[in-house]
Amino acid sequence: MEADYINGIIGGSLIGLSAILLLLFNGRIAGISGIAATLLTSRPDKHEVWRLLFILGLIGGAMLYMFFFGPLNLEMQASRPMLVVAGLLVGIGTQVGSGCTSGHGVCGIARGSLRSILATIVFMGVAIVTVYTKRRLGL
Amino acid sequence: MKTNLIALIAGILFGLGLVISDMVNPLRVIHFLDIGGDWDPTLLFVMMSALAFTTPAFHYLLKRDCPVIGEKFYLPENKRIEKKLIIGAGLFGLGWGLAGFCPGPAITALATFSPDVLLFVAAMLTGFIIGKYLNIKI
Repeated sequence: MEADYINGIIGGSLIGLSAILLLLFNGRIAGISGIAATLLTSRPDKHEVWRLLFILGLIGGAMLYMFFFGPLNLEMQASRPMLVVAGLLVGIGTQVGSGCTSGHGVCGIARGSLRSILATIVFMGVAIVTVYTKRRLGL
Repeated sequence: MKTNLIALIAGILFGLGLVISDMVNPLRVIHFLDIGGDWDPTLLFVMMSALAFTTPAFHYLLKRDCPVIGEKFYLPENKRIEKKLIIGAGLFGLGWGLAGFCPGPAITALATFSPDVLLFVAAMLTGFIIGKYLNIKI
């Protein structure tokens, strides 16, 4: 697959900027699995509205893009039963492991958190082995 | 009130970033993870450019006593390397490798109303609840 450096750097910079805004102004870490899961499992409270707005912002950002540049190109890589299994694993794993690519990978590493550096190495390593195994098995 | 506006703006920027960099596309992510095959380093550029901003910025802004509007910095207090962290990250990595979706891109991709994305996100939200429950148990 052809690498897209320019859009990768533009996109990554926006993600970085978003994480900086949230920490500088609100004192919050832009960890998406944590923000979404707490929204889902905590009682509705006016102090938690920011979580909902952040999540709606994610979807709104994509809609804004689609409004100006047309539909998104999503090429799914798993069957529906596999998507369910993968979704459950991602959900459970990010709660038990306290974070995902945004919380550990972008924010935690930036704070120099040893836990986040280790978690990122583990989830990236396991994902690489998973993709390799899937390809070898012809899945 | 102002914190809500910041959260909305931060969400929009994050969503735009994931879409512009094509991280919402599972094929793109799988090609990054496929280091033995047709490797596509785009995800590395996304993460590195995000870190190029967050690393110096966090270093300086965390020297403040408190954030600009919020009451305090809500940072993880747990510093211990536990089995839980490794097992959780491993399960997450397995799911990520199977589908090519992690939480941010999956939620952002809801904008397409794709049934596949809805299915993945529904399973992920169920996983959040199971994971939270397991966290209380272990």
